[in-house]
Amino acid sequence: MKALYRYFRKRINLFLGGVLVLFFISVAVFAPVISPYHPVDDANLMVSEQPPDTEFWFGTDSQGRDILSRVIYGSRISLSIGLVTQLINTFIGVILGVTAGFFGRWWDDLIMGFTNIMLSIPSLVFALAIMAVLGPGLVNVFIALGLTNWAYTCRIARSQVLSVKSIEYVRAAKALGYGQTRIMFEQILPNILGPILVISTLGIAYAILLEASLSFLGLGTQPPNPSWGGMLANAREQFFTAYWISIFPGIAIFLTVLGFNLLGDGLRDVLDPHSVLNNK
Amino acid sequence: MADQNDPLLTIDDLKVYFPVSKSLFQREQQFVYAVDGISFSVKKGETLGIVGESGCGKTTVGLAILKLIDATSGKIHFNGEDYSDNKTANSAKLREEMQLIFQDPYSSLNPRMSINRIIGDPMEIHGFCSKKDKVAKVAELLKKVGLQPEYGNRYPHEFSGGQRQRIGIARALALNPLLIVGDEPVSALDVSIQAQTINLLMDIQEELNLSMIIISHDLAVIEHICDKIAVMYLGKIVEMGTCEEIYNHPRHPYTQALLSAVPIPDPKKQHKRILLTGDVPSPINRPTGCHFSPRCVYATEECFSTYPDATEPVPGHQVCCHNLLSA
Repeated sequence: MKALYRYFRKRINLFLGGVLVLFFISVAVFAPVISPYHPVDDANLMVSEQPPDTEFWFGTDSQGRDILSRVIYGSRISLSIGLVTQLINTFIGVILGVTAGFFGRWWDDLIMGFTNIMLSIPSLVFALAIMAVLGPGLVNVFIALGLTNWAYTCRIARSQVLSVKSIEYVRAAKALGYGQTRIMFEQILPNILGPILVISTLGIAYAILLEASLSFLGLGTQPPNPSWGGMLANAREQFFTAYWISIFPGIAIFLTVLGFNLLGDGLRDVLDPHSVLNNK
Repeated sequence: MADQNDPLLTIDDLKVYFPVSKSLFQREQQFVYAVDGISFSVKKGETLGIVGESGCGKTTVGLAILKLIDATSGKIHFNGEDYSDNKTANSAKLREEMQLIFQDPYSSLNPRMSINRIIGDPMEIHGFCSKKDKVAKVAELLKKVGLQPEYGNRYPHEFSGGQRQRIGIARALALNPLLIVGDEPVSALDVSIQAQTINLLMDIQEELNLSMIIISHDLAVIEHICDKIAVMYLGKIVEMGTCEEIYNHPRHPYTQALLSAVPIPDPKKQHKRILLTGDVPSPINRPTGCHFSPRCVYATEECFSTYPDATEPVPGHQVCCHNLLSA
């Protein structure tokens, strides 16, 4: 216990990030148990726009729905979008990046050119364009965001492969008759997972923000499903009369994104062998 | 089965040139002449040592024989098969029959794989064992190289440099090769560990009747382990012969200078060192004539104009020099 305390005292990022992320994940998992009301069905216009009190901790919105329950259920959408889209991003980025770094030549030029084009387009604009084609909806958000942010992972995977593939054990694997696929995914990939894990954690935060933006613009999760971005959009007009409608989903977005960013930062410190922390 | 005296490996006029990237206004493509037309053969059970200073192309020769880099031209015959074509690089047979031992025991083992996987996976790939008896086979190999057979579940970082090199040797032996190329196999190790590792290599060679090519800059190591020595200078073999011949009767001025640089562990014994002046010329713009001529004390006019052909003053002892030195 004492050792654990010492470990985390030096890695406050990792600790805070981990706690925040774990907190939101458990909130999402246990949403039906912990939310006092149903996020959609328990609309009661008699109690619309109630400020926070003991009955409605976070107050109610203009249709009389409990904001706490909606924020709790909204975490399900935000987290699942963050995780799933980042999974798609990582998958695309790793496949393209590893092959680009490994094979080099024209394939590398092609992939890197493509990556640079992707990086030059603002993610939100690109996601908006895909959403405009596919139409709004949760599955389409997965697709749009999944295709948007793989370029960062791709670049990092490629540069890591370039540095790892010249190490002798890769040459040894070739001499021992390993096939190219085996060399790429058995020999090289396990050795570059650290940086990819870090960029993926940071990517989750970014995906959550993007989803909130899309929902805010009305292209993401469709009402009446609770999504933090969508709740913000609805609350815009009552901001000065009923601040609680917008402030709580805003805090939720802020804390989740902060949590994932801190976690990513903390992981980077832990996984980086040159980090000062690990030498103490 | 081939006759014991038939060469297992024959290299004929092997050339490996690396193109230098061209600058914008340069017309002619330049090359690094890493290996420029070398020929030798290795018999079964024989050990050939390749010596030379850094940058002379020793490692490139080793890698080209194993087809880990593409040769520019030249013929490679191994165990009755022609591996001259660069497309044969993926031949499973070649990968089984020739193996490499690396210089650096730290970077040559994948840190994320257990010893069972490092040694066992190649056997599985080539169908030497099934998943079930992999661990037993690995244990057998570990025992052979003098490690505890139960080390299989450990990871490379749990071993010392000497132990790691033994794991590297076990890995090279996993596919029952006929030829092992050792690229500076002991130069990264402590002197005491060097001796152990060399003796292990020699024991294994005797036991399995392996052929070996040992690439090294350490003449003491080469003398201890090799039957035949090839001295390389700037991509070419300048002198080749049996170990006794080269050590006792070196005929090329470069070989003599190299040998005189070996320290003698006896403070009372005086020995004359031949100090070479200048540096090794660039392998891109090599001197005309004999490549060694700018640094050679015996160089004559002929040396500066034409590269000397190989002559054989004693059978089995080849020298490329215009002014053969008497031994």
